[in-house]
Amino acid sequence: MNTPTPERTKTPVFIAFVTNDDTRNIVAAIREDNPQATVEEFPAMVKIESPGRLVVKRQSVSDLMGRDWDLQEIHLNLISLSGSINETEDEFELYWGQAA
Amino acid sequence: MQVDIKTSNIKQLRNTFSHVARRLGADKPASRYQEATFDMQSDTNFHYRPIWDPQFELYDTARTAIKMADWYSFKDPRQYYYGVYTMNRAKQQDAAEKQFEFAEKRGVFFNLSEKDKEHLIFAVLPLRHYEWGANMNNCFCTSFGYGAAITQATMYNTMDRLGLAQYVSRLGLLLDGNIGDSLEVGKQHWLHTPEWQELRRSMENLFVTKDWFEVFLAQNFVMDGLVYPMFYKHLETRLNPMAGQTFSMCTNFMQEWFVETQRWVDSTIKTAVDESPENKEILSRWFDIWMTETTRALQPLMTALFAEEAASIFMQIKEELLVRAKKIGLKTPGAPA
Amino acid sequence: MSAVPKNTGNKKLGLKEKYGMMTRGLGWDTTYQAMDDVFPYDQFEGIKIHDWDKWEDPFRLTMDAYWKFQGEKEKKLYAIIDAFAQNNGQFNVTDARYINTLKLFLTGVSPLEYAAHRGYAHVGRSFRGVSARIASQMQAIDELRHAQTQVHTISHYNKFFNGLHDFRHMHDRVWYLSVPKSYFEDAQSAGPFEFITAISFSFEYVLTNLLFMPFMSGAAYNGDMATVTFGFSAQSDESRHMTLGLEVVKFMLEQDPGNKDIVQKWIDKWFWRGYRLLALVSMMMDYMLPKRVMSWQEAWETYFEKNGGALFEDLSRYGIRMPKYHEVASKEKSRLSHEVWATFYNFSHAAAFHTWVPEESELKWLSEKYPDTFDKHYRPRFEHWDALQKEGKRWSNPGLPMLCQLCQVPTIFTEPDDPTTTCLRETTYHGMKYHFCSDGCKDIFDNEPEKYVQSWLPVHQIFQGNCGGEGLDNVLKYYNLVPGQDNGEYMGSQDQMNWEQWTGRDHKDAPAA
Repeated sequence: MNTPTPERTKTPVFIAFVTNDDTRNIVAAIREDNPQATVEEFPAMVKIESPGRLVVKRQSVSDLMGRDWDLQEIHLNLISLSGSINETEDEFELYWGQAA
Repeated sequence: MQVDIKTSNIKQLRNTFSHVARRLGADKPASRYQEATFDMQSDTNFHYRPIWDPQFELYDTARTAIKMADWYSFKDPRQYYYGVYTMNRAKQQDAAEKQFEFAEKRGVFFNLSEKDKEHLIFAVLPLRHYEWGANMNNCFCTSFGYGAAITQATMYNTMDRLGLAQYVSRLGLLLDGNIGDSLEVGKQHWLHTPEWQELRRSMENLFVTKDWFEVFLAQNFVMDGLVYPMFYKHLETRLNPMAGQTFSMCTNFMQEWFVETQRWVDSTIKTAVDESPENKEILSRWFDIWMTETTRALQPLMTALFAEEAASIFMQIKEELLVRAKKIGLKTPGAPA
Repeated sequence: MSAVPKNTGNKKLGLKEKYGMMTRGLGWDTTYQAMDDVFPYDQFEGIKIHDWDKWEDPFRLTMDAYWKFQGEKEKKLYAIIDAFAQNNGQFNVTDARYINTLKLFLTGVSPLEYAAHRGYAHVGRSFRGVSARIASQMQAIDELRHAQTQVHTISHYNKFFNGLHDFRHMHDRVWYLSVPKSYFEDAQSAGPFEFITAISFSFEYVLTNLLFMPFMSGAAYNGDMATVTFGFSAQSDESRHMTLGLEVVKFMLEQDPGNKDIVQKWIDKWFWRGYRLLALVSMMMDYMLPKRVMSWQEAWETYFEKNGGALFEDLSRYGIRMPKYHEVASKEKSRLSHEVWATFYNFSHAAAFHTWVPEESELKWLSEKYPDTFDKHYRPRFEHWDALQKEGKRWSNPGLPMLCQLCQVPTIFTEPDDPTTTCLRETTYHGMKYHFCSDGCKDIFDNEPEKYVQSWLPVHQIFQGNCGGEGLDNVLKYYNLVPGQDNGEYMGSQDQMNWEQWTGRDHKDAPAA
């Protein structure tokens, strides 16, 4: 898992989802785990921006959904994203700058 | 927004696209397969020759000795377009997933004796590399083939082979309890163990074969036509019963896949054979060459896996393939023209 | 060699290691045939890869997961396409002028999805790195998905509107469609590293939002829910594609310092070619959407100047700089769409979509969005043409435009620093003179003249008699373009009259954008 290093910029990364019941929980989880993130709503789409880094945690989403959520299910509702990606079984991370 | 539609005035202008209508002979409603497939590949007015192979155009019928008046004569009997293909495979992977879960829970493979494990690793795991080779060959066809009809299907085959390779890999993980050592041993067999070398050599020879239709026939008709029955039909009988049953259950995907894929492969070759005596001649010649080659390549494995039964079982396998070949119009060796 | 794995307990593989076994572990270095013979295409470009194993797989999707998720997405998508057809959803769009954006999309963009499918299949066989091949193959099948879902979605519109009916035939022949066709064939005829830099990086990472946002948001704003749905569905694949683009560029840059200059050259070339291709999108955004999302200028500022800026800032640590001529694109942003739409207005009789003079409310929007240029340079033209049209003398240019040898867009752009002068450049090569719309295009040609002298330029071909013969009628026949249906002025077209008859609505009643 990567932790922010001094070289990481604060340039925002973003992730965008289709608006539906599942993503409501994903967005809520992201808000919890990324206090600096901002959420923007568009027709049929929701976009979350965060300075430098954004992390989606499997456990947080599962807790909110009330079932075991597979991180790879993110593909079902993903529209777009920016930044470099680091994916493990438990976390999906977007970032700019050097990997830790 | 409420729309006041004057329904009595609405008349459709046409049923389908013009290029589809031309192929159907009239402007009739078309199937999703037809609209997704017909004429999707450019066939004229190319701007630049590939700098990596300038003797050919970007898409070029000259890349194969097979000649067709219409490259869209090739119809996939499964009528796979992307949607149907993925939805079908999704169902199949769901079933396979349950089979693997069951096998893992029961530990049938994990609890085998060392000797039985060794044998399974030797007999089966190198097939993940065979599948990877088949992936490369079908990708080659997709890249250099002509017309969207054939290349669409070879694209699906390409990804199928990756899936198959991954399923074989998971068999290994069942054997070694998710550590991965069995896969390493399997790879060593593929690279070094004498019994596997001739098949690997054949595969590598196919990697440098330039005519994509020849590659299609060699890989999808001949090699698969011998390898699949060998490993996914007959091998079970030579494994210890518990392992054999679990092996059969966990390779159900492969068995079903082979039956389904055969239909398409046979139909494709038959269409090419029926086109002209020249095509028939060329395809029959290729069949003869690769049949001889693959038969030779598989003998060491047959002996290692089937011992005293090797000759008779291979005879069965070969006979079945010859029957298929005859049915689609290939001239079989020794048979009257 | 017969070592049996010891039952050392459950040292289970992590996601990364397991995925490695499911992918890169499948390949091997061939010994019965030389690796260079098995992989003949991945070294001639001069890109040096020392260790393919350093390739990072951003998305670790095994095939069973791919089938599962993609199958799920297809199920949902086709349910919506079916519902759209059953409910005659096409009547919910703002007005029939919107359909012309779909005509441009189906004839210009959808064939590129197919070309991408074949291009990635080629790359998927060409790289000697296993992980890179797998990523390319997944993209190859994804692009086939996009081509097919677009055809399936727009198929329903084809039943009711003109200009869509022979999109494949037209893509290979019609004059403005050689812009996208040549763009993609340029990438396909290049080597695998250039192809993947051009498409995965330059197009699908740097410029993608300038294609996606206009068309998909345009669809959403104008009531075209079917297109919105396939757009969003395709975009989820695009996220995987974008990451491939960024990954491949970083990989090349990290593998060998010598790769940097080659990569920079490609970044420069493909930024410019992609930018010129997007000229068609600029006109779509500012002129063809009854309900407009944002101006081309705003889109350029948001998605290139801001977003692209962040990306190149990230890449600067490798010594990569912003693409050459990006400042020209910025200078052109307040002019591009107007110059292009004006051109299509001129040649409407030869195009497979309709054109029209914007309504007064729309001209007002353009004045507001382009305060420095629209009223000064472009409004007078539209007012002039409008006046002619009211007199029954709708303007139609009887000549044929000069095309840029490289991008194949008509040479109608203006000098970066002077909007009153057409920008023309030329080069003489082996005694023949070649013409360009810009320094950007000329530079690309000068770098690889042997390639671009081959261009099948539609206007040259017409003059040479290769497009059906002499005269407009013969050319339109060659295009399979039905005169009086597919082409010409929107007002009085079959599309417009049918729309009014079917929905009782006329766009002249529609509220301002």
